[in-house]
Amino acid sequence: MAKDVSLSRIFLTALKLGAFTFGGGYAMIPLFEDAFVRKYGWITRDDMLNMIALSQSVPGAIAINCGILIGYKLKKLRGALVAAAGIVLPSLVFLTIVTFAYEAVSDDIYVAGALRGVRAAVVALLFFAFFSFLKPLYKDWLAMTAFFTAFALSLVFGISSIIIIFGAVAFGITAGILRIKKERGGS
Amino acid sequence: MSEYLLLIWMFFKIGLFTIGGGYAMLPLINSELVAHGLMTQMEVADIIAISEITPGPFAINAATFAGVKLLGIPGGVAATGAIVLPSLIITTLLARYFYKFEDNIIVRRALWGLRPAVTGLIAAAAAVMAAPAFFGVGISQIKPDGIFLNMDYCSIAIAVLAGIAIIKFKVSPILIILIAGALGVLLFGVLGL
Repeated sequence: MAKDVSLSRIFLTALKLGAFTFGGGYAMIPLFEDAFVRKYGWITRDDMLNMIALSQSVPGAIAINCGILIGYKLKKLRGALVAAAGIVLPSLVFLTIVTFAYEAVSDDIYVAGALRGVRAAVVALLFFAFFSFLKPLYKDWLAMTAFFTAFALSLVFGISSIIIIFGAVAFGITAGILRIKKERGGS
Repeated sequence: MSEYLLLIWMFFKIGLFTIGGGYAMLPLINSELVAHGLMTQMEVADIIAISEITPGPFAINAATFAGVKLLGIPGGVAATGAIVLPSLIITTLLARYFYKFEDNIIVRRALWGLRPAVTGLIAAAAAVMAAPAFFGVGISQIKPDGIFLNMDYCSIAIAVLAGIAIIKFKVSPILIILIAGALGVLLFGVLGL
């Protein structure tokens, strides 16, 4: 049985998810589903899947976008605002404390050692992340061209990421239109 | 006042051009904050690690960290608000025209081009980040003739072990960061390597 939708419950649920989900946006999505679809029954599964897809294709953090979509669906703009606030607040408080601690102890020989070890592991995490992004693309030569072009423009020529993203959007639209024409011409 | 405006403007831009979440934000942090000297590459690596072992989305954690570091608590609030603002505006607008957007062929095509490019940007960010982690200096300062001299073999070993742990044994990032930190304390702190 669905519980009544209220702003305070949206806020508290978002707050709980923001405070207890480790590993960023992707980790948070299944928990959204668990709370809003299964536990409260406020959102249907189909809606949830659409929201997840959309939150990955608009700007910003995925978890925030997903929260905003859920909040908006339930209580319009006020719902979107409290959902976003709920997700952000725990990070804001926690990271403020962590940052002060970091500033105070990062010169300590043991902390500096720990950070040096951690930075090496972060490089491994990053390489793993981009390899798993690349996996579905490597058979598509056009996508691979876009990948290497962006890589080279950024690393070798130092061109700003924002310019490259604009270029990629233009490239995506052009390549898409050409492909549609080709498909139509071939059939 | 103007430094707050600059901070807000930078994080607004980062929020606006991060599509796909998480690591897609890294190249923007590099080109906005690191390139303007507001953060070092080391600190960026540290935020990634801190984000992995603390709750909450990476983008928010990074914004709070950078804001607090640069301008104290008000800076943290300003940066965090600024990075969320584009989401709030764009996503709320789209929520009204939700299904229309989903079907929009131009948007789909644009996103198709964006995905490999963003992956390329993340690859470049990984390479840029590998330099200070493995050589102790920025990528532009690495000299080809002294390359083996400056190599930090312990860090490279930790990265290789971390890579094997993720790919072969699917160890969670939290555990990897914690173990790498412990190894760092042992190798660099206690043994002084």
